[in-house]
Amino acid sequence: MSHRLINWFRYASPQTFYPLAGKMIPWFWMLAAIFGLTGLSIGFLLAPTDAQQGEGYRIIFLHVPASWMSMFIYLVMSFWAAMGLAFNTRLSGMMASALAPTGALFAFISLWTGALWGKPMWGTWWVWDARLTSELILLFLYIGFIALQAAIDDPRRADKAGAILALVGVVNIPIIYFSVKWWNTLHQGASVSLTKSPSMATTMLWGMLLCALACWMYSIAVALMRARTIMLERERHTDWVRTLLAAKE
Amino acid sequence: MLLLFRAVIGRDLRLAMRRQADVVAAMFFFIIVVSLFPLGVGPEPDQLRKLAPGVLWVAALLATMLSLPRLFADDYRDGTLEQLALAPQPLGVVVLAKVVAHWLIAGLPLVMLAPVLGIQFDLSNDALAVLTLSLLIGTPALSGIGAIGAALTLGVRGGGVLLSLLILPLYIPVLIFGAGAVDATVTGLGPQAHLSLLGALTLGGVFFAPWPTAAALRVALE
Repeated sequence: MSHRLINWFRYASPQTFYPLAGKMIPWFWMLAAIFGLTGLSIGFLLAPTDAQQGEGYRIIFLHVPASWMSMFIYLVMSFWAAMGLAFNTRLSGMMASALAPTGALFAFISLWTGALWGKPMWGTWWVWDARLTSELILLFLYIGFIALQAAIDDPRRADKAGAILALVGVVNIPIIYFSVKWWNTLHQGASVSLTKSPSMATTMLWGMLLCALACWMYSIAVALMRARTIMLERERHTDWVRTLLAAKE
Repeated sequence: MLLLFRAVIGRDLRLAMRRQADVVAAMFFFIIVVSLFPLGVGPEPDQLRKLAPGVLWVAALLATMLSLPRLFADDYRDGTLEQLALAPQPLGVVVLAKVVAHWLIAGLPLVMLAPVLGIQFDLSNDALAVLTLSLLIGTPALSGIGAIGAALTLGVRGGGVLLSLLILPLYIPVLIFGAGAVDATVTGLGPQAHLSLLGALTLGGVFFAPWPTAAALRVALE
C-alpha cells in the first residue's frame, strides 16, 4: 500500500510528470482518432435517418459529447483546484489552468452546434431555454476563470485565486441551473424541449458514446500538452528544465 | 469578536461619510441607468411596466458592482488589511463586517431609491412594495457574493472589468428571483415563493461568502 502511495506522489512533481505526460500524449491522440473515426462513421454511415428530425439530427454526434465534456471538465478543473489548495502542489494548479481553455472550447462548440441544430428544428438560432442559458453561463464562468488567471502575473497566486473561483463556481452551478430552470418555467411553458425526443436507436447511441470517448481522449491529450508547456514555462529556472532543453539542442 | 465586528462597521461607515461623493455617485449611476431605459425603448406605460422589474434589478446589480472594487482596495493599499489579517480574531468576521458596512453604504440607498424610480415606470402600489422588499432582501447577497470577487481581484491589473466578469454570472440567481418576485406580483401569482428563495440566497450568500473571501484575501496578502 505504502509503495503504491509513494508511486502516486512521485508523479505529483513536474519533473517526473513531464516525461510521463510526453509518453502518454501520443496514445491519447491515437485513441481519440480511433474513437472519433469509428464514432463518426457510425454516426454518418450506419445510423438511420431520424423519423422526425431527418438528417439534421446528426449534429448530436458532436453536440452532445461537447456539452457533456464542457460540464465534466469544470468538475475536473475544480477537483484539481481543490487538490492544489489542500495539498499545495504545483502540478494541480497547472492541470486546472491547462483544462480551462478546453472546457471553454467545448462549451462554445456545444452552444454553436446547438444553434445550428436549432435553426432547422425550432426555426430559431437561440431560445431562452433553461439548458441553453445555463450552458451560456457555464461559458461565462470559464471565461472568468481564464481572465482571472491571465490578469495575475505571479503563477502561484494565479493558481490559488483561480482555485477559489473555481470552487465558488462549482458550488454555484447547481443553484444557477435550478434558478434558470425555474425562471424559464415560471415565465412561460417550455415551447420546445430537448427531452421529448423519442428513445434513441441503438446505433445512434453507440455512435454518440464513441464520439464522447473521442472527446475525452482529445481533452486529455490537449490538456496534457498544455500542462507540459505550462510546466516548462514556470519551471524554466530549474535544473531539470535546463538539462532537458540542453539535451534537445 | 463582536467588538471587532462593530469597530470595523463603524470605521467603514465613518470613512464613507467622510467621502460622501463616492456614495452619491453610485446612487446617481443607478438613477441615470434606470432613466435611460424609457429613453431607449419609448415611453409607452404598458411596455415600461413590463420592463421595470428587470431594469431596476439589473441597474441595482451594476450599481453594486461599481462600489465593490473599493471594498478592500484602500485598506489593502495602506496596510490596514494586513493588520486586520494579523488580528487574533478570524478574518471572516472582518469580512462579514465589511460586507454589512458595504450593504449599508451601497445597498440600502438603492432600496430607498427604488420606489421613487418605480413610479417613473408606472408600477402599481403592490408592485412597488414588492420591488422594494425584494431589493431589501436581495441586495445583501449582492454585497456578500461581490466581496469574493473584490478579494480575488485585489491589486490585479484591470480589476474593475475583471470583477464584473467574475461576479455577474454568480449574481444571476439573485436577479432571477428578485425581478421574478415583482413580475409574479404584476401577473397576480403572488411573490412569496420568489421572496423566500431570495431570502435563502441572501442567508446562504452572506453566511458562506466570508470564507472564500478571507481565503482570497490571504492569497492576495502573501
